[in-house]
Amino acid sequence: MTRQIKFFEALREGLDQCMGADASVYVMGLGVPDPGGIFGSTKGLVEKYGASRVLDMPLAENTMTGVAIGSALTGLRPVLTHQRVDFAILSMEQLVNQAAKWHYMFDGRMRVPLVVRMIIGRGWGQGPQHSQSLQAMFAQVPGLKVVMPTTAYDAKGLLIAAIEDDNPVVMLEHRWLYGIADDVPEEAYRVPLGKAKIMREGGDVTIVGLSYMSLESLRAADILKGYGISAEVIDLRSLRPLDEATILASLRKTGRLVVTDTAHGPFGATSEIMALAAEKAFGALKAAPSRVCLPDHPAPTSPALADDFYPRAGHIAAAVLRQLGREPDAALFAPPAGRRLDQPDSSFQGPF
Amino acid sequence: MMDATTRKALYRAMSRIRTVEERIADLYPEQEMRCPVHLCIGQEAAEAGTGLALDRRDYALSGHRSHGHYLAKGGDLKGMMAEIYGKATGCAGGKGGSMHLVDLDAGFLGAVPIVGSTIPIAVGTAFSSKMKGEDRVTMVFFGDGATEAGVFHESLNFAALHALPIVFVCENNLYSVYSPMGVRQPDGRSIAGIAAAHGVATQTGDGNDAEAVFTLASKAVDAARRGQGPVFIELSTYRWREHCGPNFDNHIGYRTEAEYEEWRQRDPLALYRARLIADGAATGAELAAIDAELAAEMEDAVTFAKSSPFPPRESAGQHIYAE
Repeated sequence: MTRQIKFFEALREGLDQCMGADASVYVMGLGVPDPGGIFGSTKGLVEKYGASRVLDMPLAENTMTGVAIGSALTGLRPVLTHQRVDFAILSMEQLVNQAAKWHYMFDGRMRVPLVVRMIIGRGWGQGPQHSQSLQAMFAQVPGLKVVMPTTAYDAKGLLIAAIEDDNPVVMLEHRWLYGIADDVPEEAYRVPLGKAKIMREGGDVTIVGLSYMSLESLRAADILKGYGISAEVIDLRSLRPLDEATILASLRKTGRLVVTDTAHGPFGATSEIMALAAEKAFGALKAAPSRVCLPDHPAPTSPALADDFYPRAGHIAAAVLRQLGREPDAALFAPPAGRRLDQPDSSFQGPF
Repeated sequence: MMDATTRKALYRAMSRIRTVEERIADLYPEQEMRCPVHLCIGQEAAEAGTGLALDRRDYALSGHRSHGHYLAKGGDLKGMMAEIYGKATGCAGGKGGSMHLVDLDAGFLGAVPIVGSTIPIAVGTAFSSKMKGEDRVTMVFFGDGATEAGVFHESLNFAALHALPIVFVCENNLYSVYSPMGVRQPDGRSIAGIAAAHGVATQTGDGNDAEAVFTLASKAVDAARRGQGPVFIELSTYRWREHCGPNFDNHIGYRTEAEYEEWRQRDPLALYRARLIADGAATGAELAAIDAELAAEMEDAVTFAKSSPFPPRESAGQHIYAE
């Protein structure tokens, strides 16, 4: 049965169903069993499954990643959770050298069924070290899989698929998606890793987005409709494996590409998609692709500085218009009505 | 006194490691073993004494200098030699080399050359055993250098917190590559003291005395198996040859010939041979027969490795992801 639940509730339901179905699944992370329960996504699990399967942990991200790897090598299925991506990079050694390579360097003799959840912060002054989008750093490493659900439906389906996968999977969850509801089936289901989703069909331009920027892309498509432009919106959902086929098929249809990311542009996911277009769909392109990303500097804290840091639907629509030789009007860049720019909606009142 | 079977097993395990390592050193200049090798000659008592304290079902993990740990845990010699020669029949199919030994049948879950990195992974296998209620101990091997890494401290903390069935074995050979303890750790502070401060039961011992090591390690394994929590063992020993490669390097100036000679006099294998003979536990001829058998085993392993095929090129792109 389908009903509407929020992103964090979908995550919790996915975790609950995996833990109920398989005693080898356990959840670990700083604050996982605390009253907040990782913004609600692990709330209630400790009462149901006990402290041995729903664990808090010391502030030792690298070692705890190693612990998770060791347990995964010997039959458990850990879900390690970091409240910010920024904290998770303390574990790069174990993730990059060990988790990503253990299967390969021992010639397939062992597997690392590990899920590492990381939350991307944004708004209310999260600043330089609580809001980074470092997906490209993880996606660069063969042996890791990287997924970024946008909708509550995909959050649950990708999480279940990630837990059931026999490889290390990094799942990046944008904090601003947590409160957004979607149709979500009650029963367990899987969204395949490595499959993008066409969120909106269109014929004039392909907008490739991920995570929160896929929602901005949908809003951009709405704006563009007013200009008589039909945009196809692809939500990547997975960075690695990358669904080249879906992107290329769309590109061959539209001939135009705008890529948008929650991260900086250089050496990032947008670079990869544009390289894909150049290598494999060059002949189909009617214009040089463009991208809409963060400015190339760390996130500032003051709202006066941060308001301009995050591109919005209008910026994506403007990129499309420019490709079509049309000058975007200033109204596109006006701040949205009814909320300040450092909150996803008026219900979000900080502090994090 | 220790029973004769155990004593001969200790001798055999040490002599086997020595035989293998010396032969690797002999053959290395042929340039057919095309990967770094970190030989453990001089440290055999620490390795044999700890490895033999484990059951086959127990887990072990190690670092870059892992040949002795792998062999003492029961790792397959042919698989190890073929791996060092980069062959398809190697224990890691040629993907790993000397620094990535593995033998799941023997409970040797892997070795990696990022110093300290297998410590938390070993804590994870112990965590897994505890969660599953298994009667299994994990032993993890590392050197003095690893005790400077953050993961060492973090791992001791977590192992103590959850009373995990793990034995941490630190072979303190005084050097990290060429850097002596004095430039890496403050005077007057012991490594064992750090472990104790983390709330881990701690033992220190002579890493060149196989029986002393075996006795310490057996007690530690037993305590861990009975659910008494982790144990840390620091063993003093000495690496005879260069950090990486087959040669001696006392002439280059980072340590003195006199220091080397002092440790050389404490050769764990020669001392144990003399002790067994003096005690009447074995005759020189018996021990020589064991040595000859081990030399023949090593020649077989080298022949196997050299005559094995290289892995097919397409295997380089295989096993990136588990299917």
